[in-house]
Amino acid sequence: MNDDTAALPTGSEWTFESIERYDREIGRVAAEYGLDCYRHQLEVITAEQMMDAYASIGMPVYYHHWSFGKHFLSTEKSYKRGQMGLAYEIVINSDPCIVYLMEENTLPMQALVIAHAGYGHNSFFKGNYLFRTWTSADAIVDYMVFARNVIAEYEERYGEEEVEHLLDACHALMSVGVDRYKRPPKLSLSKERERRKERGIYLQSQVNDLWRTLPQRYDKKEAEAERRFPEEPEENLLYFIEKNAPLLEPWQREIVRIVRKIGQYFYPQRQTQLMNEGWACFWHYTMLYHLYEQRMLGDGFMLEFLQSHTNVVFQPPFNSRQFSGVNPYALGFAMWRDIQRMCQEPTAEDREWFPDLAGSDWRASMDFAMRNFKDESFIAQYLSPKLMREFRLFNILDDASLPKLRIEAIHDEQGYRMIRQRLADQYNLGSREPDIQVWNVDLRGERSLTLRHFKYQERPLGDSRDTVLKHVATLWGFPVRLEEQDENGEVSLVTEVKIDRRRENHEV
Amino acid sequence: MLQIIDRRNDSRNKSAVNRNRFIRRFKGQIRNAVRDAIARRKVADIDDGEKVSIPAKDISEPQFRHGKGGRWSVVQPGNERFVTGDEFDRPPEGKGGASGASQDGEGIDDFAFTLSREEFLDIFFDDLALPRLVKTQLTRISEYKRVRAGFTSTGVPTNINVVRSLRGATGRRLAAGAPYHKLLRALKEELAELELCGASDSERAAEVRGEIARLLRRLEGLPFIDTFDLRYNSRIRTPAPSTQAVMFCLMDVSGSMDEEKKQIAKRFFMLLYLFLTRTYQQIEIVFIRHHTQAQEVDEDDFFHARETGGTVVSSALELMHRIVRERYASNVWNIYCAQASDGDNWDADSPKCRELLESKIVPLVQYFAYIEIAEGEPQNLWREYAKVMADHPQCFAMQQIGGLTDIYPVFRELFRKSLA
Repeated sequence: MNDDTAALPTGSEWTFESIERYDREIGRVAAEYGLDCYRHQLEVITAEQMMDAYASIGMPVYYHHWSFGKHFLSTEKSYKRGQMGLAYEIVINSDPCIVYLMEENTLPMQALVIAHAGYGHNSFFKGNYLFRTWTSADAIVDYMVFARNVIAEYEERYGEEEVEHLLDACHALMSVGVDRYKRPPKLSLSKERERRKERGIYLQSQVNDLWRTLPQRYDKKEAEAERRFPEEPEENLLYFIEKNAPLLEPWQREIVRIVRKIGQYFYPQRQTQLMNEGWACFWHYTMLYHLYEQRMLGDGFMLEFLQSHTNVVFQPPFNSRQFSGVNPYALGFAMWRDIQRMCQEPTAEDREWFPDLAGSDWRASMDFAMRNFKDESFIAQYLSPKLMREFRLFNILDDASLPKLRIEAIHDEQGYRMIRQRLADQYNLGSREPDIQVWNVDLRGERSLTLRHFKYQERPLGDSRDTVLKHVATLWGFPVRLEEQDENGEVSLVTEVKIDRRRENHEV
Repeated sequence: MLQIIDRRNDSRNKSAVNRNRFIRRFKGQIRNAVRDAIARRKVADIDDGEKVSIPAKDISEPQFRHGKGGRWSVVQPGNERFVTGDEFDRPPEGKGGASGASQDGEGIDDFAFTLSREEFLDIFFDDLALPRLVKTQLTRISEYKRVRAGFTSTGVPTNINVVRSLRGATGRRLAAGAPYHKLLRALKEELAELELCGASDSERAAEVRGEIARLLRRLEGLPFIDTFDLRYNSRIRTPAPSTQAVMFCLMDVSGSMDEEKKQIAKRFFMLLYLFLTRTYQQIEIVFIRHHTQAQEVDEDDFFHARETGGTVVSSALELMHRIVRERYASNVWNIYCAQASDGDNWDADSPKCRELLESKIVPLVQYFAYIEIAEGEPQNLWREYAKVMADHPQCFAMQQIGGLTDIYPVFRELFRKSLA
């Protein structure tokens, strides 16, 4: 045994030196397994700073808004009451990838976090197609700094309350302010800054053109055919408002843009929670076990590690008091383990269900899965009958038009495919969140904006829709209408907000 | 190369700005919550932070979400009894159970959080319309007192500590003279030897004598005391409220004092208490309630029990006087009294009250504050008290109160005095 493989420091107290040694060893194992990661940077913070980071969704910098204060207060409350331990880690999808280590954690916990976040999540951020397409890891922190400064500047110039009001409205639309299919341009700070001023002026001129009130000369034919606007329905409400809302000032458009960009950045995270957490759990488990087998870790370390590991990947059954839905850590971890198993020791059933996977090289197969899927397609592709039996999955149909709930499928031969398809659908953001699009703008008349909700499975919108619609109206400045279209194509008006900001302004 | 960055000493309270904004934004709701909290609190607890909760629906961040209804097909783990095709009733509302209906939990629970002491007082003061100067004074932690804290090497001449300075000087002289003494001893021995040998007139002996004389001059040259030796008594400021006080809360609990009036009275007592905590280290509170008879009670009874019947104010004043004589007679007690009433008193009793105040109570107390929580024309008690105030404007204050903002003027004199 040479020095390199000497046992790692034991005990629960950590030092910078021991963290460094762990990181070196874990990094070595990660390289042996061929994990491709960004460089990473470990930052030691206190519990209080962890709560700060929590409140701003993990970002080291964020603009100021009361809602972050609210999150902070509720985190602080439950932490102080001991209702909740703080998460062990926060990791930021940036290059270098920033991993926070909390000072209160023991040495085994720090090692766990390094393996989980510094190598697990990190490699996922770098490899998965959604993150590669939708986020710019190298620019995000700079962009957040830029956003905070710009908003602070506006607060100074136009008043905190004015800006706050606008942010409230934008936050309400954050989930319908993302491009789901169109690939966004890369974030670039210098370009952003450069274009900021000219964009304001240019955009305004575009908008003015759209709302031109002077009669235009155009062909009679064209005048007769009603010009539809937008020509195609637009799924990204914030984008549409930024580009077309008639009464927004340039600085207001800028804020809409900032919120939209940040929302877009978080979009992949919401689509890959199960895969991403499962992937990170798989790797911390695999790598630390690897080190243990090389006799680098003590039994005490392993006991503490396994205790927190099993807590994280525990799935309580549906009728337990701890139950709160399928635990993405548990299912994710189990699925990745299952893929590894099917590659290494396939059964006859696996060969039948996954002919390509069974017996293949597990690293290559897993890498392929990690790079090219999101939660929905990952489950649809890889959830095996064995896992469904292990988790004892079953499916309940709650149809408001039927008097009773019905079990549609359970973990048996007839049910596998249905359960798999339903579970995948449960992770599909497209069906989990209502599909609302900009349908029409009344250019010639009252300038009203019509949104259309495409009902999925006859699910109506929740009560919050009225408040959200008011926010839309604030941004748009003219009446806003919400229609819904059911699966048969029938359209009905749901609600309407009448507002004319020009008049209000005159009264003021 | 791995980078580990220690951020533990970075600026804390990054969320302070957001927290303030949250509180500013929901000031209305938070103020209501604080009001409820004050109703629950004890007078002496006014100086703490508080856990408050405000309705969560007011502060929700709305998004488009699915509501109840439609078809939900939900996959759950842990099946132990169902087979395909089973049907069963929906679980009752409110319980998550195995239903998909809880998907869109637009929670209606209260949002609870803790206000810090400063935030709590700020809102408390807001209601009372306190002048800014008074607010700052009340929020300040405490008065300072200078206490001895050892010695320092700098200071003003009046603080020189002679013993310490001389002891230091002696030590310095011993230390600085040690090499000379050593040489001196050696030279003296040599001289004695020379004299023994009868060589006392020799050249060497003269040389030694010269050297001895030179060393003695050196020794004498060491300063008896140097600026370097000076030690001064050191005094530092420590938070130390001066002494102790007792605060009497007198309240009329006859039938006409309803809950709302009692809440106003409670704030009045709280404000006086808060003022006293800034000035005194230890404060005792005595609660006396009265209708036709006075009675010393605990705080709970004081604010919540209800009695009926007539009103004889003098009974309370007499009881207070007796308690002072029995328990707070010595000079170390600063006595404050706050009285709240709705102004009703038995006609013949009011002159008696004035007499009691003039002869027995006012000479004893630092400050006597009276509020009359009533609308309309003041009655006989008010007129009698007004006479007392005319005679003792420095330590007697009274005010008729309609709402919370009227409370502060009662204390105006008190605060002005302490601010000066």
